[in-house]
Amino acid sequence: MSIEVAGPVIAAMMTAATPLLFAALGELVVEKSGVLNLGVEGMMLGGAVVGFAAAVLTGSSAVGFVAGALAGLLLAALFGVLTLGLFTNQVATGLALTLFGVGLSSLVGQGYVGHPIADVPELHIPVLTDLPIIGQPLFGQSLPVYLALAAVPAVHWFLFRTRAGLVLRAVGENHTAAHALGYKVIRIRFLAVLFGGAMSGLGGAYLSLDYTPMWAEGMTAGRGWIALALVVFATWKPGRVLAGAWLFGGVTILQLHAQGVGFAVPSQLLSMLPYLATVLVLVLISRDVTRIRLNAPASLGKIFYPD
Amino acid sequence: MGKALMGAAAVAALCSLGAGAAVAQDKMKVGFVYVGPISDHGYSFQHDQGRLAVEKTLGDKVTTTFVENVPEGADAERVIEQLAASGHKLIFTTSFGFMNPTLKVAQRYPDVKFEHATGYKRAKNVATYSARFYEGRTVVGTIVGKMTKSNIVGYIGSFPIPEVVGGINAFTIALREQNPKAEVRVVWVNSWYDPPKEAEAAKALIDQGADVIVQHTDSPAPVQAAEERGLWSVGQSSDMSRFGPKSHLTGIVDDWSGYYIQRVQAVLDGTWKAEDTWGGLKDKMLYLAPYNPAIPADVVALANTVRDGIMDGSRHSFTGPIKDQSGKVVIPAGQKATDEQILKMDWFVEGVVGKLPK
Repeated sequence: MSIEVAGPVIAAMMTAATPLLFAALGELVVEKSGVLNLGVEGMMLGGAVVGFAAAVLTGSSAVGFVAGALAGLLLAALFGVLTLGLFTNQVATGLALTLFGVGLSSLVGQGYVGHPIADVPELHIPVLTDLPIIGQPLFGQSLPVYLALAAVPAVHWFLFRTRAGLVLRAVGENHTAAHALGYKVIRIRFLAVLFGGAMSGLGGAYLSLDYTPMWAEGMTAGRGWIALALVVFATWKPGRVLAGAWLFGGVTILQLHAQGVGFAVPSQLLSMLPYLATVLVLVLISRDVTRIRLNAPASLGKIFYPD
Repeated sequence: MGKALMGAAAVAALCSLGAGAAVAQDKMKVGFVYVGPISDHGYSFQHDQGRLAVEKTLGDKVTTTFVENVPEGADAERVIEQLAASGHKLIFTTSFGFMNPTLKVAQRYPDVKFEHATGYKRAKNVATYSARFYEGRTVVGTIVGKMTKSNIVGYIGSFPIPEVVGGINAFTIALREQNPKAEVRVVWVNSWYDPPKEAEAAKALIDQGADVIVQHTDSPAPVQAAEERGLWSVGQSSDMSRFGPKSHLTGIVDDWSGYYIQRVQAVLDGTWKAEDTWGGLKDKMLYLAPYNPAIPADVVALANTVRDGIMDGSRHSFTGPIKDQSGKVVIPAGQKATDEQILKMDWFVEGVVGKLPK
């Protein structure tokens, strides 16, 4: 591969990582609060279809993104009411949410299939964007790509540098103790779940508004599950989520390039990679009991019954 | 998981059809089973256009029912069985994966006639049909050979099955006939329909210098990607020009209308036989989407000559000498590939870059 291709490849890797980043960062916050929401794929689809519909109706992608986030948030609210309010099993409810999202998005999207829209414009900063190789990937992407990148330090800062983040982590580690200290466990978790939903919705909206500006049934094609795997792969650390999103997004792009120059890599093997890598990480952290204690929120997926 | 749900929904929808559709007793019922949504503006959409053509021409003698989004597998069998049990006399199952379910149901309903698309197993009451899509790819290859400037053509493949491989070969032969320097780079996405992945593949090929993107997948994402970069594209299954008004050169459009009308008429006349139909351009089972006005007149004339040659039989997409990638002559000079050879194609012709996954 020649050096001229490097710039476009890096740019493509960044865009491929963007929906994964949004969804995984949202889910990371949810899991840090002690809730496991397996409905990411469904919420992403909800965000994709509602975001697209809103953009078609208003002619504005910005409105589309906001609507996508709201759709994800609403679906997450449903999950929150069931799991936190009615104490349903989180795993089963999350799976149900994905099924619901798949079906509902097909229904809502029926009138929007095959509807072309204008995509989100890419930035063009004079001089910077025109730099060789790095100009396009670093300074010539559309705004949501930078938003997703900015969300990494923002989530890190919130979780590890603010009081609210500390409380959220405390709730995720030991909800009984946090409750005894007077923190509103259910309310904090509900807010975390809403944030996760909005981020998943943004990830979905990015797919239907910018990445491939159209709506197609089931267009997330398993990216929600990859985002879930990514959180575990990153051992609940935002910085590592970025690395993982680049790795998983990048592998796809590199594999397509490799095929194009006649270098055959079995693509099925590469589609397995995110899950294989996650299993590997799970094996590694479970070998070292102290490390998993440090990373996985201790109350993850456990139901909290307020007394 | 999602598929199972869809299947259940499809069955439920079908059960409720019986109540909703008041059918006059004297009209024959014809059923259609689709693998995708009819709103896909691609494969299933084109089959449904065929159904609507039947309604339009024979609406006084038949009524039609369709079920969309039917997953290939056990659910398909239930849906087909429902149609057969509810009095449909002729049922079209329009995807390769419906083959075995169709045959199973056909055994239980000997007085119902079945038509299965793109399959190869027939029975007393099961006919098969498909289109010679590769003939259209020969015409497309002729045009692209004249339009490419970089001499690199990007080709997005779904699965390495003979239909797709044959299409790539027919395209490449015609491309290099016009432009011996041109090469075809193939990228497989292992899906019929995955817009983000198809777009990624298109962009990867463009980044490698391709200035025309051809696809054998069903979403308009590659056309969109080419439009965004200001390059040429060729659509698939239906006219995708509105996704890339400037970039869309042409595309292969499936047209099942004539065949469907003819087969329904045959059942009405009592002349229906369980045979195999593999029609091409001259049978109007496919045609080319309107040419982009940017194509020069002499290229349009050339493309039409090639098309007419295929239609009158003076030209064949696979006329020897044809060499494979290693330079070995597979089809000697003066010979044409047999239908058998086309249906089993598992090798690339000279000019294709990339290995065929085995």
